[in-house]
Amino acid sequence: MTLHEKTIVEAGRSLRSGEVTSEDLLDAVLLRASQTEAQLHAYLTLDKEGAREAAGQADADLADGIDRGPLHGIPIALKDNMCTRGVETTAASQILAGYVPPYDATVVTRLRDAGAVIVGKTNLDEFAMGSSTENSAYGPSFNPWDIGRIPGGSSGGSAAAVAAGSAFGALGSDTGGSIRQPASLTGIVGLKPTYGTVSRYGLIAFASSLDQIGPLSKSVEDAALTLEAIWGHDPLDATSYSAEYPDVPADLDTGVDGLKIGVIKELAGEGYEPAVESSVADMVQSLSEAGAEIVEVSLPTVDIALSAYYLVAPAEASANLARFDGIRYGLRVEGETTEELMARTRAEGFGPEVTRRILLGTYALSAGYYDAFYGQAQRVRVALRDDFARAYETVDALVSPTSPTVAFPAGEKIDDPLSMYLTDICTNPANLVGHPGISVPIGLDEQGLPIGFQVMAPALGERVLFRVAAEVERLAGFGARPVIEELAS
Amino acid sequence: MTARWEAVIGIEVHVELATDSKMFCGCAVEFGSEPNTNVCPVCLGLPGALPVPNRKAIEWIMAIGLALNCQVSHKSVFHRKNYFYADLPKNYQISQYDIPVCHDGYLDLPNDGESVRVGIERAHMEEDTGKSTHVGDGGRIHAAKSTLLDFNRSGVPLVEIVSKPDIRTATQARAYAQELRAIVLELGVSDARLEEGSMRFDANVSIRPEGSDVLGTKVEIKNMNSFRSLERAIDYEIQRQIEATGSDSDVIQETRHWDEEAGVTHSMRTKEGSSDYRYFIEPDLVPMIMDETWVATIRNKLPELPAQRRERYLGQGLDESSAGVLSDSPAMLRSLYDETVSLGADTRATANWLTGEVTAWLRKTGTEPADLRLEPVHLQELITIVDEGVVSSSAAKEVLEGILSGEGSARVVAERRDLIQISDSSALAEVIGHVLEEHPDAVASYQEGEQKVVGFLVGQVMRATQGKADPKLANEMLREALGGS
Repeated sequence: MTLHEKTIVEAGRSLRSGEVTSEDLLDAVLLRASQTEAQLHAYLTLDKEGAREAAGQADADLADGIDRGPLHGIPIALKDNMCTRGVETTAASQILAGYVPPYDATVVTRLRDAGAVIVGKTNLDEFAMGSSTENSAYGPSFNPWDIGRIPGGSSGGSAAAVAAGSAFGALGSDTGGSIRQPASLTGIVGLKPTYGTVSRYGLIAFASSLDQIGPLSKSVEDAALTLEAIWGHDPLDATSYSAEYPDVPADLDTGVDGLKIGVIKELAGEGYEPAVESSVADMVQSLSEAGAEIVEVSLPTVDIALSAYYLVAPAEASANLARFDGIRYGLRVEGETTEELMARTRAEGFGPEVTRRILLGTYALSAGYYDAFYGQAQRVRVALRDDFARAYETVDALVSPTSPTVAFPAGEKIDDPLSMYLTDICTNPANLVGHPGISVPIGLDEQGLPIGFQVMAPALGERVLFRVAAEVERLAGFGARPVIEELAS
Repeated sequence: MTARWEAVIGIEVHVELATDSKMFCGCAVEFGSEPNTNVCPVCLGLPGALPVPNRKAIEWIMAIGLALNCQVSHKSVFHRKNYFYADLPKNYQISQYDIPVCHDGYLDLPNDGESVRVGIERAHMEEDTGKSTHVGDGGRIHAAKSTLLDFNRSGVPLVEIVSKPDIRTATQARAYAQELRAIVLELGVSDARLEEGSMRFDANVSIRPEGSDVLGTKVEIKNMNSFRSLERAIDYEIQRQIEATGSDSDVIQETRHWDEEAGVTHSMRTKEGSSDYRYFIEPDLVPMIMDETWVATIRNKLPELPAQRRERYLGQGLDESSAGVLSDSPAMLRSLYDETVSLGADTRATANWLTGEVTAWLRKTGTEPADLRLEPVHLQELITIVDEGVVSSSAAKEVLEGILSGEGSARVVAERRDLIQISDSSALAEVIGHVLEEHPDAVASYQEGEQKVVGFLVGQVMRATQGKADPKLANEMLREALGGS
């Protein structure tokens, strides 16, 4: 196994055995990036200098007997909607071109405190709005399994980097599936933790009540230890919980014997690729054989969750993105009056999908429409929460496909927003109710494209979530790695 | 036919709280700092920054609400109020919409006879905006060459208090505003400086035929920077509306700007559709729960409020006017009043000394009330010796000055400054004898029935004794001497 293919746990073991240094790990991912970036465009910024310094420090610390834990010395990538002091942060938008934050997001501080080496900032759909990473103002990312296809989104850059080995792990943000869906489409693990368990301070907001930061990684265990590093109450985020990190590692090897697992009836059928459905069904069967009791569960509100999602998220976004006005930072397009300056800056600075969602959200909140749209969507959220609560009265965890399809060809859905929105259908319910969800790779379809399996658990149910996910990982025995084609010259 | 008109007035008051830090971040709340020095990612609206509410500010708005007899909501939420403006960093203001912290209270105005109760619709919490300074061409926005932005004020906790339309005259409006300011100052939650904008008033004014219960077209007036301009602006607006009603320029719903120099209100350019603020619950914050224990803690800590104090003073025998003046006096003078009265001094005399001569002395010498050195026992003694006739009331003012200058107790000062009245008749008889000898004409006039020369003669006695004679005794003795001759 080459160095860049190792998991965080494996790399950490090599580091502590003295076999490699943190600088070696960094060299491995930077080399990998130099070999793959032309094809994948996973990164918007590589902070080689900052990373080199952090790796040197990690090595020096380890030599002095200072070990900051599992992430010590490990090169990690960050989605470019998390603020990094002194390093350009754009949210893949023209409106933030050249913007250098004066502060670190709380997750960044926590990663640094855990000894992680931050390699760079990864590509995303502009302001995390999209499911293919094609909405980036700086050009799309591509899928390591087939560079003619998208890596999913919006955390497509993070997913591509981890899948390709140009980072050992990455952070993404998930508003409607933006960690889990790209993880599924690139054959890696992606976790959206319970809303409120990971601070959003310093995450450039898309939809505040739905956004959650989480890890993308090569293994379930890597996801668990990355989560531990970023988990916990933050006095700078009023929506953050003060819950202790649950003892996830204790149950990683426990298995599913005695657990009751619900299969969501509504997340199957029309629009789901046969290969996805059969892989998911096989995994359900395997879980049953491993001792889990499987039941079919109906969550009727799931059928209208996507509609509610596409009112709530744009409504919140319309206010969250109002601050990008050309007055204090970022792009400014001059005008005769202040109003004109703001209007021109925004018209030029935002891409078409962001503009569409701002308009949609503004409309949904307008006098006379609020109750029919935003108000109604909030009522759907309540009904959905009730559906989930009822289900969890009888089951420990819920499972479904992560995405109805495997990675689709670049350009296929970009001009059809509705079909693009439908790719989030399995993932956005967890965001609407704030519950944790994880995608674990379970196999490849006949074209050799990865298929992901989603596990969901109640709020703060990370321990059982990981218990099931770890078993899914063992049962799937998914060890495939993408072979990245050379670009035709 | 001339109808009689009645004005219907509601007042919105914005009070900046003087908390140490801002509403949603740790930046200092300070007036007059260098521009853009009390700022951080949160109050500048930088990408990724999140608000965290200031607990002290929530406690202070609860105190304001309780002082205004409001209900405190058990659960209250923040909303986003969306509008674009250069000095509003996020282009939304975190404010409150349908569930304010406080609602349904009232304020009784200090009255001269008729009692006026003004209902309080709500008191809600929000954040202040930054400050725009328009540069060039007289600072007017439309002609300005550039605009300077200072975000020091951005995010300062702001309480908006909305009255019900229960006010009928400009005088009542002024009394309401002044009483509200007195309460806020008493609570110690704001500097409430009108000229610095830490307390700001907007008035909603409409008129209707007297006796009608229909509401007329409402006009909002802004930019009143003093109680006087509030009163003037409302008076002007009432008159303008009466004149406009029925004429070609009927009253329209609009916002008007008070021009202090010209003494008129001007229509402000209103933007089409600018009133849809698209309120929705602020998703970066969680609901605030104000349980009974918390409310009770705040209630128990409330100081004596101006109205309660006036009531107490009236019960101690002060008249309305001095109760009002004393109640509005600095805390130092009020506590001197309480301590002096507790020593047994007459309440009216104590209040008169403190709000009269003592206040005048403070002003004359430029002394801060807090630096006043006056022992309650000295004031009590001064009142006693005036009452006993030991010093005359005019000499007493000099005694006070001696006390305030640190010369000792009232008696000591009176003696040292030789201000004790001559109330000994034998000592006075000698002086009277001399005066009568020196003024035979006056004596003659009196005997011809010219009674008023007694006043002249008393004056001569006072002059001969350098003011120390007891004028009442002197008068009696003179009449006796004149009548007997």
